[in-house]
Amino acid sequence: MSARFAVGADVRVRAAFPPGHVRTPFFVRGKTGRVTQVLGPYRNPEALAYGRSGEPAQPLYRVVFETAALWDDYRGAPHDSTVVDLYENWLEQA
Amino acid sequence: MAQDHEHGHEHDHGHDHAHQPHPFQPDLEETPLTHYQVMTQAVGDLLIEKGIFSADELRAMLEAIDAKSPAAGARVVARAWTDDGYKARLLEDVNKAAAELGIDAGGIPIRAVENTESVHNVIVCTLCSCYPRLLIGLPPDWYKSRAYRSRTVREPRAVLAEFGTVIPDDVELRVHDSTADLRYLVLPLRPAGTEGWSEEELAGLVTRDCMIGVTLPKSPHY
Repeated sequence: MSARFAVGADVRVRAAFPPGHVRTPFFVRGKTGRVTQVLGPYRNPEALAYGRSGEPAQPLYRVVFETAALWDDYRGAPHDSTVVDLYENWLEQA
Repeated sequence: MAQDHEHGHEHDHGHDHAHQPHPFQPDLEETPLTHYQVMTQAVGDLLIEKGIFSADELRAMLEAIDAKSPAAGARVVARAWTDDGYKARLLEDVNKAAAELGIDAGGIPIRAVENTESVHNVIVCTLCSCYPRLLIGLPPDWYKSRAYRSRTVREPRAVLAEFGTVIPDDVELRVHDSTADLRYLVLPLRPAGTEGWSEEELAGLVTRDCMIGVTLPKSPHY
């Protein structure tokens, strides 16, 4: 399965809140970040968790966010960043 | 015998312990098993019963995992500090680079994130406690705590300060949340004042915590 997003692409994490086993942390849902690395295909953990095959594998990305954009009252430094590993089914073009 | 007992009776016990039952450490069997502990035990028993692996193989695997320590990670870091070619290979693929040194870092892919003068990295797994166990041993209890997992993404500089680590504001603090299929290792900056040090000496400065990113390597001056 070829990756839909390339390094440098701006992506938005779906603001979805499905029940069950989900690997996308709450604090990035609905947020926009940038792809820093395409890690390759990995079986979907949201299916594996229930004994299913996890196929087709999902491209997995490293996505970097400005930390100050993730939290309303972030008190760190302006250039601080947060990198989260996200599966393609959670990402859309920003 | 202490003279200030306040209890009413007069006879001599021949010893002077306080008369409250004193607390003792409960035996393992006295703390309730959690759902997942019961499940783990049951699955282990079933796999042995079905002959998938033997009790001794399970025991040996637990022993092997418990025997892993940060020393292997420290060797990898020290080699990267002294050999730029090795460092490039480490940043590409930690498992392969570890294998060059005869270290089996397991099958889960590990990536290294490099500290520089302008970026400091710290690792957390907000959803559970993902950690490169086969390279640097079992995670410390605090790494698995809800406080570390929730606060490191929310107020990382405050968390680091509690570990005694103050990162200047002009350095980007980069938090890595490893909630998926990879594990992460911080490649710390080589401390100044270690020119000419051997790999083995350098490895002595590399602690577990600096490979998680909550602190810096030990200073060469102490």
